[in-house]
Amino acid sequence: MSDETPLLDELEKGPWPSYVKEIKRAAKKNAAAKDLLRIQEQSYEDRVTHWKHGGIVGVTGYGSGVIGRYCDNPEKFPNVTAFHTMRINQPAGWFYTSEALRKICDIWEQYGSGMTNFHGATGDIILLGTTTENLQPCFDTLTEAGFDLGGSGSALRTPAACVGQARCEYANIDTMALIHDLTMTYQDEMHRPRWPYKFKIKASGCPNDCVAAIARADFTIIGTWRDSLRIDQNAVREYVKDGFDIKSLVVNKCPSEALEWDEKGNNLVLIAEDCVRCMHCINMMPKALRPGLQKGATILVGGKAPILKGANMSWVLIPFIEITPPYTEIKELLAKIWDWWDEHGKTRERLAELIERIGLKEFLKAVDLKAVPQMVTKPRANPYVFF
Amino acid sequence: MRRTDIGPPDFRTMLPEVIKKNYGQWKYHEIVKAGVLKHVAENGDELYTVRAGSPRLVSIDFIRDLCDVADKYCDGHLRFTSRHNVEFLTPDKTKVEPLIQELGKLGLPVVGTGDCISNIVHTQGWIHCHSAATDASGIVKAIMDGLYDHFTEMKLPNHLRISMACCINMCGAIHCSDLAVVGVHTRPPRPDHEKVFAQCEIPTTIQSCPTGAVRRHPDANIKSVVVKEDLCMYCANCFTVCPAMPLADPVTDGVAIYAGGKVSNARKPPMFSRMVVPFLPNHPPRWPEVVDVLKRIVEVYAAGAKPCERVGEWIERIGWEAFFKRTEIPFTDQHVDDFTHAIETYRTTTQFKW
Repeated sequence: MSDETPLLDELEKGPWPSYVKEIKRAAKKNAAAKDLLRIQEQSYEDRVTHWKHGGIVGVTGYGSGVIGRYCDNPEKFPNVTAFHTMRINQPAGWFYTSEALRKICDIWEQYGSGMTNFHGATGDIILLGTTTENLQPCFDTLTEAGFDLGGSGSALRTPAACVGQARCEYANIDTMALIHDLTMTYQDEMHRPRWPYKFKIKASGCPNDCVAAIARADFTIIGTWRDSLRIDQNAVREYVKDGFDIKSLVVNKCPSEALEWDEKGNNLVLIAEDCVRCMHCINMMPKALRPGLQKGATILVGGKAPILKGANMSWVLIPFIEITPPYTEIKELLAKIWDWWDEHGKTRERLAELIERIGLKEFLKAVDLKAVPQMVTKPRANPYVFF
Repeated sequence: MRRTDIGPPDFRTMLPEVIKKNYGQWKYHEIVKAGVLKHVAENGDELYTVRAGSPRLVSIDFIRDLCDVADKYCDGHLRFTSRHNVEFLTPDKTKVEPLIQELGKLGLPVVGTGDCISNIVHTQGWIHCHSAATDASGIVKAIMDGLYDHFTEMKLPNHLRISMACCINMCGAIHCSDLAVVGVHTRPPRPDHEKVFAQCEIPTTIQSCPTGAVRRHPDANIKSVVVKEDLCMYCANCFTVCPAMPLADPVTDGVAIYAGGKVSNARKPPMFSRMVVPFLPNHPPRWPEVVDVLKRIVEVYAAGAKPCERVGEWIERIGWEAFFKRTEIPFTDQHVDDFTHAIETYRTTTQFKW
């Protein structure tokens, strides 16, 4: 049988680092990686996938964390007959020591294909491809090394945080501490699927939203501040002195016209009540402008991709909340949301779809919150109100 | 002894000393050059970050290579970004250039800060997914090669985020990216009646269809379903719950291109990506039509957008009619929304351009 992969070889060319080279590297040591290369070449010839639905595989005591996968032609590709994925919960913020990473590599050399994703789209380390028999020993060895599985299926998916206060001056909340705490608190919700569908939690430290929490998370936490942003006028003048065009790049681009440039006094003037804390001016002048001191987060709910009834971005639920350990208010809110969704949601119905079907008003009742103008872009235009 | 529910390692055990010391105490940052960040703490401590591109789908030996670099230059510490880049962190400025050279020896470009294209977030595709309508890693590699200069040089009006999903489940924030490539089916599923009977729960399969296209087989003796083809929008939700409803097809599967989404709140609020090309065929190994369209959009955007404008902000300013004209992408009836949130997209003003 031919081991040649002329189509994939084309993807070894070009300046960007090549994943095909990576599979070939793994294939030198591992028969499954070799068949992975061959089955990928087959897909490039046939223009269809050669993977089948998963079926139920996993490790003892867990209902998630392993994605079962089988190929559709085990005679031709015997070493990827079963090629299951293990999702390994990343440390918050994706920080590692080389020692920890080498342990994972050694374990995956022993039990898997040697191929990985650093990382999957949700945030987990993806260990790509192993047999059914190897799942349990691999998992046992991973937990000995201090790692655990992430979420999959109708469960809480592995929560994710941006780099936050570890390396970012924009971070209004300690995203990594919060996400680590929630992850540890909800191990059962992650590992034993029990809900109508998946549920995602993501935390970004500022409205730039580097983990795309507003687009992807059912429960979105975005750091913000309540008071005025801080201006260091001397640093502003340094920017201007260096030729930075503050008027056209900052003042004129402020979306709520909250900034003015006082030419005479060489001062940047903030009309604090007009500021919507969008981050544009801070992004442009990080040495001179900073978020305010009254820090917290906006909680939004319902973000999701189009499956099934169209994509949603998360909606504002709590405009401002302080985020401090042990995060009791957040946890109480999550409990109310999960109870309501679990009670009323249909199979494969995400939180946003349920809110859309039953109504935001009913949802607010369920979570004991009163409507505030920050929740909507505009009030209703029709007269059909239930009194 | 078997252990469960231990959770991930505490991130605090993974942090470099300079970060432990200055956690929450960072004052400002600057981009020293493309791919290199300098963060300065309140006490004056400096932290240099060198960001390198990664193909994401990598061997354990690749990870070990990264570990060697981290051991040599960063006291054994490294991190990954939300866009699959690798970051090496050091308080020592003199290590930055040797680090970059070392990464160059490994074939890794230093990329992705400021006004450039960052790494493409993508899914598994034909590498590992049963529902993929296209590949992911291969198209991504072809796009990266085609737009390489924009990864390594900061010459765009703002940063530009590209995402790739191999089916409309859209793992990753495809629906809110400046540019997005999404695998699509364009023909209904084909129920295999013998297998439906054996593998699927018929009520669940019928209930899974958002448009009511999946129905009981009219012949009561056949325990299966039929698809009312004019109602099917190829979402594959039925295939997810019933493997005997395959949709994959070498000719009619392909990709759609979306543009103008973002997640950041900077200036304009977050935006959805909008369809700009409904269908391009699957042409492995390098999907030339896809790369061409993306390059064209990036070039027209780079030439026409004002400083700081994201793709979506630029399109809103010039108008979609101008976007289609300038990019020479044909507008068809397939671009007009007829799904759940369609009405919001119909124009209710006489303001438009020619």
